[in-house]
Amino acid sequence: MYRYLRRHKKFPNVWCPGCGIGIVMSAIIRAIDRLGWEKDDIAMISGIGCSGRMPVYMDFNTMHTTHGRALAFATGLKMVKPEMHVIAIMGDGDALAIGGNHFIHAARRNIGITSIVINNSVYGMTGGQYSPTTPTGSLATTAPYGNIDQPFPICELAIAAGATFVARGTVYHAVELDRLIEKALVHEGFSVVEAVSYCHTTFGRINKLGTAVDMLRWQKENSVTREAAAKMTPEQLQGKIVRGIFHEREFPEYTAAYAKIIEQAMAGQRRV
Amino acid sequence: MAARLMQGNEACVEGALAAGCRFFAGYPITPSSEIAELLSRRLPQVGGHFIQMEDEIASIAAVIGASVGGVKAMTATSGPGFSLMQENIGYAAMAEIPCVIVDVQRTGPSTGLPTKPSQGDVMQARWGTHGDHPIIVLSPSSVLEAFLLTVRAFNLSEKYRSPVILLMDEVVGHMRERVELPPRETLEITDRVAAHVPPEWYFPFEDPSTDVPPLAPFGEGYRYHITGLFHDRAGFPTERVDEIDPWIARVFGKINQHLSDVLSWEEDFPAGSRVLVVAYGATARAARHAVKLARAKRYKVGFLKLETIWPFPEEVTERLARQCKRVIVPEMNLGQLALEVERVVGRQKVRRVNRANGEMITPQQILAAIEEK
Ligand SMILES: Cc1ncc(C[n+]2csc(CCOP(=O)(O)OP(=O)(O)O)c2C)c(N)n1
Repeated sequence: MYRYLRRHKKFPNVWCPGCGIGIVMSAIIRAIDRLGWEKDDIAMISGIGCSGRMPVYMDFNTMHTTHGRALAFATGLKMVKPEMHVIAIMGDGDALAIGGNHFIHAARRNIGITSIVINNSVYGMTGGQYSPTTPTGSLATTAPYGNIDQPFPICELAIAAGATFVARGTVYHAVELDRLIEKALVHEGFSVVEAVSYCHTTFGRINKLGTAVDMLRWQKENSVTREAAAKMTPEQLQGKIVRGIFHEREFPEYTAAYAKIIEQAMAGQRRV
Repeated sequence: MAARLMQGNEACVEGALAAGCRFFAGYPITPSSEIAELLSRRLPQVGGHFIQMEDEIASIAAVIGASVGGVKAMTATSGPGFSLMQENIGYAAMAEIPCVIVDVQRTGPSTGLPTKPSQGDVMQARWGTHGDHPIIVLSPSSVLEAFLLTVRAFNLSEKYRSPVILLMDEVVGHMRERVELPPRETLEITDRVAAHVPPEWYFPFEDPSTDVPPLAPFGEGYRYHITGLFHDRAGFPTERVDEIDPWIARVFGKINQHLSDVLSWEEDFPAGSRVLVVAYGATARAARHAVKLARAKRYKVGFLKLETIWPFPEEVTERLARQCKRVIVPEMNLGQLALEVERVVGRQKVRRVNRANGEMITPQQILAAIEEK
C-alpha cells in the first residue's frame, strides 16, 4: 500500500476523519496492485472537490484539474498517450453537474478511460449543497425545505450514453469495490464505477443520519447485489442500492479507432 | 515553397504544422472553423491527432491534457468559445503548460456578428481569466504573418511554458493572399526543455538554474503532480506565502525578463515625424495605407505596427510617441489597446479611431484623423 503513496507528501490528508473517499482510494490501490501495473504507466486525473484531492496522495502521474473537466483533460492525454492507463476521479457534482456533458460524451466515444465517480449525494467540499445525486426530499444547505430534484441514476446514464463497462459498489463493501475497479481498469473502452460513499459531515449531519459508522451500517443494510435484486419486487427494491456489474459490451475503443485513421491517412488514403 | 493563394486560417494551419503541432481539439465556430477542418485532414497525415470535442471548455482541457503528454497542442475558436475557455487558460498559466489558443475574433458581445470582423477581444485575451498571471498575445495582420506568428506562438509557448494566444481577426482569417511560405528548414523551431535529472531530483515547478523549469511528459518516468492550486516546487498544493510569492515572481519574471525575445513589432518612423499611428491586426493594413496617403500629402507621419500586443510593448511605443505631438490608435473596437497606449504616453496625446459595427476601418478614416489639427 505504501508503495503507491507519495513519500514526500505530508499526511494526514484533507478529508474529514471517517470519510469514505479514503476507502475508495485504498480500493483503487489494491486493484492496481493486483494488476501489477507500473506506476509510470498510470495517469490519474481528477476534478475539484473532496474527491478531486485523491491524486495528490498517490504516486502516479497525477493532475488535479478544474471542476468538472477531469474527463476532458484525460481525453487529450489518452489521445496522445494511448498506451497509458488513464483514470479519472470525480465527485458526483464533478461528473454529473458541471461535467455532465463531458461524462456522456466520453462515454459515447468509448475512449479508454476508467471513471471512478465517488457518489456522496452532496457537494462535499463547498459545504453540503444539493448535488445531482441528492435524493428527492433530502435536506441540503441549499435545500433547506427539502430537495425537489430527481437524483441522476449514474449507472443508467452511463449505459445510455454508450459506456461499455458500468458497475456500482459501496465503500462498505470495500473488497467487492476493488474487484469492480479492477475489472473496470482492464476493460478496453470507457468504463465507469460508481463508488457509493457518504458525507457524514455535511449530508449526514443535516439529515440526521448519524456518524460515519452509522452511514456505513446503512449501506450494509440497504444494498443488495445484482443477483439478489433480480429476485426482488420493485417494492422491495425501493430505496435500495444495487451493487455489481450492470453492463459490459464490446465496441471499438476510441484511440484504437483513431490509430487506424492515422495509419490510413499516412498511407495516403482518404477514407477509413 | 512555391507561391500560392492562401487564406489566413489556412496559413495558421500550415504554421502550426511547421511548428510541430500534433494535437488539435476544438469546437466549430465561425470565423475559425477552417482551421479545425483543415487540421482534421492534415494532422493524421503526419501522425498527429484531431478531435472535435463537445464544447470549447472541453477543447482547451483536452489541449492541456495532450500537452502534458508531451505533444505540441492547440485549439482555435472565436469570441463566444474564447469566453468559455477562460477558466482553463488560467489553469494552463497556473500549471505552466504550453499550449496555443487561436481566437479569430468576430464582432461581439454575445453571438454578435458571426461573420464580421472585430478586434474586440484584446482585453479578454489579457484579462479574461481570473487572477493575476502573465500571458503572451500575438496579432497577425496578413496571411504570411498568420503563418509566421503561429510558428512564433508555439515557440514562445514551449520556451516559456505558457499559454500563448494568437489573436487574429475575421479579415485576416478569411482573407486570401498570394504568399510564399518560407521553407521548413529556414524556420527556427523551439521545443520545450526536457528533464534530464534522475526522477527523484526533478522539480517540475522550480529549477535553480532557470526561470522555466523543464517539463517532463507524463508516462516517461517522472511522476509528479500538477494542480491549478498554488503549489510548491514539487507541484503539491500550498498556502504558504513563502512558497507563493516566489512562484508569482518567477512566473511573471520568466516573461517580463525576456521582453526583447517576446515582443515583436515593425516600425516605419522617418526622422521628424510629428504624428504616430499605432495599429495591429487587420487595421494595421488600413493604417499603413493611410500613412502612405498622408506622406504623399507631405504630412510627417510615423507608423508602428504591433505584432505582440501582450505584454504591451511599452518601450517602443513610448520611444516613438515621445517624439510626436499626437498618437493615433485605430482599432475595430471602442478603444481597448488605446487604453494601454494612453497609459504609456498620456491621454492628451492619444486620438482614438474606432469602429465596432462589423465594418472595417478605412484608410480615409485614419487619414482624416492624421489631418486633424
Ligand atoms: C467552476 C467552478 N464552480 C464551482 C466551484 C466550487 N466547487 C468546488 S468543489 C464543488 C463541488 C464538489 O462536489 P463533488 O463534485 O460532488 O465532490 P465532493 O466534494 O463531494 O467529493 C464546487 C461546486 C469550482 N471550484 N469551480
